[in-house]
Amino acid sequence: MSTLARQNGDTPILALEGVTKRFPGVTANDNVSLAIWPGEVHVLLGENGAGKSTLIGMLSGLQQPDEGRILVDGVPTQIRSPRHALSLGIGTVYQHAMLVPTLTVAENLLLGDRWWKRPRKEALRAEVEVLAKSLGMKVDLDAVASELSLGEQQQVEILRALLRKSRVLILDESTSMLTPAGIEELGALMRRLVERGLAVVFITHKLREAAGFGDRISVLKLGRKVGEIAPERFRALDEEALIAEVVEMMFGQRSGDPEEDPGARRKPHASGPVLLSVRDLRLAPTGTHPGLHGVSFDLRAGEILGIAGIDGNGQKQLAEVIAGQLAPASGSIRFDGAPIDGLTVGQRRDAGLRYLTDDRLGEGTVGPFPISLNLLLKQVGQPPFWTGHVERPAEIERHALRLIRSYDVRTPSERTPIGRLSGGNIQKVLLARELAEGAKVVIFNKPTYGLDLANTLAVRDRIRDLADAARGVLLISTDLEELLQLCDRIAVMAGGALVGTVENGADARAQVGRLMVGLAA
Amino acid sequence: MGGLFSEMFLGALLFGAVTAAVPLLLAGLGEQMSEKAGVLNIGIEGMMIFGAYIGFVAAFYSESLWLGFLAGAAGGIFVAAIMALLCVRLGLNQIVIGIGLTLGFEGLTALLHHFQFSRTYPRLPAAEATVVPLLADIPVLGAALFRHHLLVYLAVLLVPVMSYIYRRTQLGLNLQAAGDKPAALDVAGVDVVGTRTIAVLTTGALAGIGGAYLANVGAGIFVPFVTNGAGFLGVVLAMLARGRPLWVLLGALVFGLCLSLTTALQVAGINIPTDVIQMIPFLAVMIMLVAFGRRSSLPAALGIPYERGAR
Amino acid sequence: MSVDTASDSGALPTSRPGRGGGKLAARRLLLAVGPVLIALALAGLLLAALGVNPFEYYGFVVERGLLSPTGVQQTLTRMAPLLFLAAGLIVAFRAGVWNLGVDGQFLLGAVTAAASAPWLVTFMPVWLATVIVFVLAAAVAMLWSLVPALLKAYQGVNEIITTLMMTFLGTSLANVLVKLVFLDPGTTVPQTRTLPVADRLPRLFDTTISSGLLLGLVAIIAVHLMMTRTDFGLKLRVVGANPRAAVHAGLGVPALTIAVFALSAGLAGLAGAVDIVGVQGNVRADWNPGYGLTVIPMVFLARFNGFAAILYVLLLSVLSIGGESAARRLGVPNHFTLVLVATVLIVLAIAEWLDHRFQQARRA
Repeated sequence: MSTLARQNGDTPILALEGVTKRFPGVTANDNVSLAIWPGEVHVLLGENGAGKSTLIGMLSGLQQPDEGRILVDGVPTQIRSPRHALSLGIGTVYQHAMLVPTLTVAENLLLGDRWWKRPRKEALRAEVEVLAKSLGMKVDLDAVASELSLGEQQQVEILRALLRKSRVLILDESTSMLTPAGIEELGALMRRLVERGLAVVFITHKLREAAGFGDRISVLKLGRKVGEIAPERFRALDEEALIAEVVEMMFGQRSGDPEEDPGARRKPHASGPVLLSVRDLRLAPTGTHPGLHGVSFDLRAGEILGIAGIDGNGQKQLAEVIAGQLAPASGSIRFDGAPIDGLTVGQRRDAGLRYLTDDRLGEGTVGPFPISLNLLLKQVGQPPFWTGHVERPAEIERHALRLIRSYDVRTPSERTPIGRLSGGNIQKVLLARELAEGAKVVIFNKPTYGLDLANTLAVRDRIRDLADAARGVLLISTDLEELLQLCDRIAVMAGGALVGTVENGADARAQVGRLMVGLAA
Repeated sequence: MGGLFSEMFLGALLFGAVTAAVPLLLAGLGEQMSEKAGVLNIGIEGMMIFGAYIGFVAAFYSESLWLGFLAGAAGGIFVAAIMALLCVRLGLNQIVIGIGLTLGFEGLTALLHHFQFSRTYPRLPAAEATVVPLLADIPVLGAALFRHHLLVYLAVLLVPVMSYIYRRTQLGLNLQAAGDKPAALDVAGVDVVGTRTIAVLTTGALAGIGGAYLANVGAGIFVPFVTNGAGFLGVVLAMLARGRPLWVLLGALVFGLCLSLTTALQVAGINIPTDVIQMIPFLAVMIMLVAFGRRSSLPAALGIPYERGAR
Repeated sequence: MSVDTASDSGALPTSRPGRGGGKLAARRLLLAVGPVLIALALAGLLLAALGVNPFEYYGFVVERGLLSPTGVQQTLTRMAPLLFLAAGLIVAFRAGVWNLGVDGQFLLGAVTAAASAPWLVTFMPVWLATVIVFVLAAAVAMLWSLVPALLKAYQGVNEIITTLMMTFLGTSLANVLVKLVFLDPGTTVPQTRTLPVADRLPRLFDTTISSGLLLGLVAIIAVHLMMTRTDFGLKLRVVGANPRAAVHAGLGVPALTIAVFALSAGLAGLAGAVDIVGVQGNVRADWNPGYGLTVIPMVFLARFNGFAAILYVLLLSVLSIGGESAARRLGVPNHFTLVLVATVLIVLAIAEWLDHRFQQARRA
């Protein structure tokens, strides 16, 4: 049964036939064929690394397929550039906001006109008013893009695609930056768009969203399309059955969502002594973050405390202040019974306070340097790796080989530049660096972001092991499911303040959701 | 004879300030456009000196200053084209190429000058002033500000033109996007490389004209290394002006004032060694940078080549 | 341009033993020598356009700079300040600091040496005076880099512009010092008091080669070892390769930045001192040999490796000495060397890019 067969005599707006795309060392897409029909929400589902983003890149003109072809309205076409894609009616909303932060919403929407023209501000205003009203969106054209929340920015991008008369709207992992309420809103918006005759391609790795929002699901795994559920079947099954069928396609066994393994649910722990005590931390807001406004909490040994909240609400700054990278304006931190406010990053680390950053390549490692040196980045100059300021290569190598083995890092050699490794392996190196030897409290910032399922589960296991070993874990994450699975308590940050803490339990999801949108739990 | 506050001194000082400011103004405005679009153009000194040389040669042989300015622009664009190809299109390191272009064209023009003019060291006749009626008759200020070559007035008029371009044209939006978030510009369907190329070539043209003016009008002669850091001063102006063309003009006047002190003091009969006076403009620069450096806002994507779909 | 820092720790990132190794060596050789040859060819075309036979010119340069006995000795002597400058640039560039103020630091170091040496030798043993002169020259040059260093470390002000401005300032200041403060009243030519030949750096054995050459070699090798084998050098390299990672790792970036400026400027100042105390004996008014910026392409060609830099500095030295002689004999001013060196830099950048693309295509 070819999915490209004509449906009601229509031609699909977009079709991929045998599309393959390779990058150095990896085949991102392998002989993928699928069709996008108008009036449907077509979900592309797959875990991280399955090749979804590459597929989108080719549809939006950022990349070209190595093999196979793309058909637009049944005509084989080479989509040469984003401009060309837009002219063909393909609009894309990327995972990370693609608005120019220093321009207003109106100016962002006007980008793309020929450069010698005057910006058509009045005409735009009229168009936007009509369009926004019909979709139930509220848009402030004069707001500067950097002031908008990520959800609002996404709406602007959707609006932009519609203004360009897009017939296909591609949403790439759009929900990762939204509150639970925001996700529902997006789902409703997609329905409205589809009712107008658009085709919506919705990329996600979350099974629940796929089941909740889609009409058709194509499942991708390791670059291949391993299955498709057409609208008729979709409507026939209930949510649980749907999920089971998809899971079977992805992993070969019928079961529930592997990320939602109920057996792995956290059992409440008798907590130990307070390991980390944070009191009234304050930091001035800047153009890029809202600062910190009197954050206080305690973390006990054996406890996993989650920090939930939409990205950019001060979580990263909180982590940096505790780790010593950033100096707070006021407030105090006690670690293991003693104040550490005057200690440097290195000193806090030596005392057992570790910080695993979310920005693996931008900040956590030095890409061109070998793994062995990256493992010691926070211990430069310390014996036995350096004696009297001179490097001891044999010691460094031995140390690296030991950690590579015990953390199962896949690499040709300990001297390989770390930038060459896959995301999952880089994360393993970071885990090795922060967790091995003497960690008492570990701060994790979005540790499973961008990792495939196997690595994600492995990281979560390590976090549980830490807590079982009576360490303290501070888990910052935008993945609510992850927090609900792992944490004993979940604190919510909004606008740089801790707006509430919730005990993990049956009610936790709803409570956290409410806190995130500013309602009392 | 004269004295620090004599009319002669003030007159010479202000007139010289304007003359010295024009190349800085043009270089600064040019560099500002490049930086707005995200290109750190260190090669601007090379663009200026090459424009100065080509402009001088053209003016010398054609006996037309305007042809000289045109040729200067062409010379600047030539160097800028190299920069655009290597840095914007291919993505090579902007600083390395900038140093290479500056050194290379400084050496080249010095070399060419040696082979062509080192025996004769020809000078150009004094530039014809365009006198602004009425205003030119104001005592002291009139002669200083309103008896300049036409290009000076055009250069000043360029300030509102640039402002207009940045604030009210599609090109201005594109330039700002190219400098702040080129990926967003690309996704909106605009050619990032093309936008940045326009900026760099414009810088070359303006710097070339500035260099030609410096040699033909300001000095009346081309000697090796005649620009003496004017291009770099333009970079400083662009850095401090925070995206506003008017501030480039003000800064250029301040530096022009410092630069013209040498001749003005000589005219006034005050005897301070040239070398001491030559330190003043650069001292002024350092003071400005210490005072305002932290707040010099530069676009986020400055100096980073744009690669579509870079992993 | 990127620096393949993994290659320092002895690891070759893409090498496989056996067949793979030979190809890698060939590629590296090509990248090391190719840009120079291409640049020589391009610059040769320029000479031809100017009516000079390039083969005659290059032949003269090689003959004078490398083959003639006096020429070779001059070449080796000239290497001394160039090696110090190369050392200073390697420290800076590897740490991600664009110290373009080396010429100003060089001149002020030279003037300091020229001012202090003749006076110090009148009342203390020459070896002690020499040491003190070097310390003073380095200190003055370091001070000259302090403002740009602080501006970068604490205000994030781009050092390219600040160091360039300090060079212009420094050049004028040096002239002021020579003409007004340290002027030698005993001669008509404006210059500082001359250090007697007997009090200058000793020559090597029977030659006219200044022992400054040995000092220069020591400096650059010491810098190389420091950068590749010590923890301090590693910290600098981390700051240069990824400043955010340096902050994350708690490396104390502002202090390191200031240290880098100080080291780099100090070495440039020593270059000036070694030139005065070793060869020139005094500083003439308006003297500005401009060695600093011409060393930059050599340091890039050497990929910041100290030992390779020695070879490239030798090359530059030959071109300089030969070029200065050619200026007198063939009428080609030594501005040509500037053009040649700039061409090398640009060709090298292009060559690296080509190589990078080639590698990417091969891995796909």
